[in-house]
Amino acid sequence: MDAVTSDPARIILICSGKGGVGKTTLTANLGIALARLGERTVVLDADFGLRNLDLLLGLENRIVYTAQEVLAETCRLEQALVKHKQEPNLALLPAGNPRMLEWLTPEDMQRIVAMVAERADFVLIDCPAGIEDGFKNAAAAAREAIVITTPEVSAVRDADRVIGLLNTRGVAPVQLVLNRVRPKMMASQEMLGVDDVTDILALPLVGLVVEDEQVIVSTNRGEPLTLNGNGSGAALAYQNIARRLRGEEIPLEDPSKARRGLRARLMNKIRKTTGLF
Amino acid sequence: MTLFDFIQRLLGRQKPSGTMAKERLQLVLAHDRSDLNPELLEQMRREILEVVQRYVEIDIEEGDVSLETEDRVTALVANLPIKRARPLPALVAAAAAVGMAQPPDADASEELAPTDDPD
Repeated sequence: MDAVTSDPARIILICSGKGGVGKTTLTANLGIALARLGERTVVLDADFGLRNLDLLLGLENRIVYTAQEVLAETCRLEQALVKHKQEPNLALLPAGNPRMLEWLTPEDMQRIVAMVAERADFVLIDCPAGIEDGFKNAAAAAREAIVITTPEVSAVRDADRVIGLLNTRGVAPVQLVLNRVRPKMMASQEMLGVDDVTDILALPLVGLVVEDEQVIVSTNRGEPLTLNGNGSGAALAYQNIARRLRGEEIPLEDPSKARRGLRARLMNKIRKTTGLF
Repeated sequence: MTLFDFIQRLLGRQKPSGTMAKERLQLVLAHDRSDLNPELLEQMRREILEVVQRYVEIDIEEGDVSLETEDRVTALVANLPIKRARPLPALVAAAAAVGMAQPPDADASEELAPTDDPD
């Protein structure tokens, strides 16, 4: 971690257009997973009006300063970076205080990200929902992007808008994460398939995350799934995304083979052998 | 999937909803990406048919002008079955109607001249 690397930091925007599809969860889990792999990682909550990344990481009580104070030079960057307790390679930087909605401009974002990038291998920017000013600020410093969507018409449509904006900004590469995949519904064609979504959005898939109740449990606790690696389907998916981002060649998970409970597997077997339902 | 849906599907009366989702998305995204609302598209379709009809007789019922998208590239696709070509006098009249009655040599080269400027 002390080794000085000459490689510039990877600055990745995590965005979706639509709210509630899993941007912040992905940012938190990727942050932990990358840090575990030895990457010095900073996650930046660009949604300072409605910030939540601190809550998902269990760091909500440890925020004293934000990027705002760093830029105003009322504190040093080290003071504003909140180090994760169990994963010292990971630090959180909130963009601003929810009470100060007006300060952040694209130039502010570029300045703060440039400062952070000097001491990091990965900078993950958690983008606010929407395609207005919040998005423009968050995207101002991004070199590459991950668009996250779910197999639902509204989420895919909004993702398409965001991809169009990223393309005009010259952000590249832009990769796709498909979240909340329900293998059973996909198998019965009652949900957009993986190929349907990649065909429509024409982006390479960097991750496939199955719908997983453990995500809710981990959010309740403020401990991202990748922290305790309990082997749930989503935890594995997030870890694999982190490794693919580092250039490792890991085949995409087959949603139909996602780890399920004994009962579900038994039912599946009965369904397959009898062909009844 | 309810039992009713299941029976409907067995009888081939209803597509699976995933397929419907894809079709609806492809249509709405073609419009989103081109910034054309259905009204404008309809107007464009009518005008295209009008122009084409000056030259050839087309089957309007079978004709179709739509937006299609593949790999994030949206294309205007016109499928206009031709019944027969118009007779020559009608073609000349059609050309006159769009201001091309003169052979397009002298006029066109004059108009193009400024763009040949090396600057």
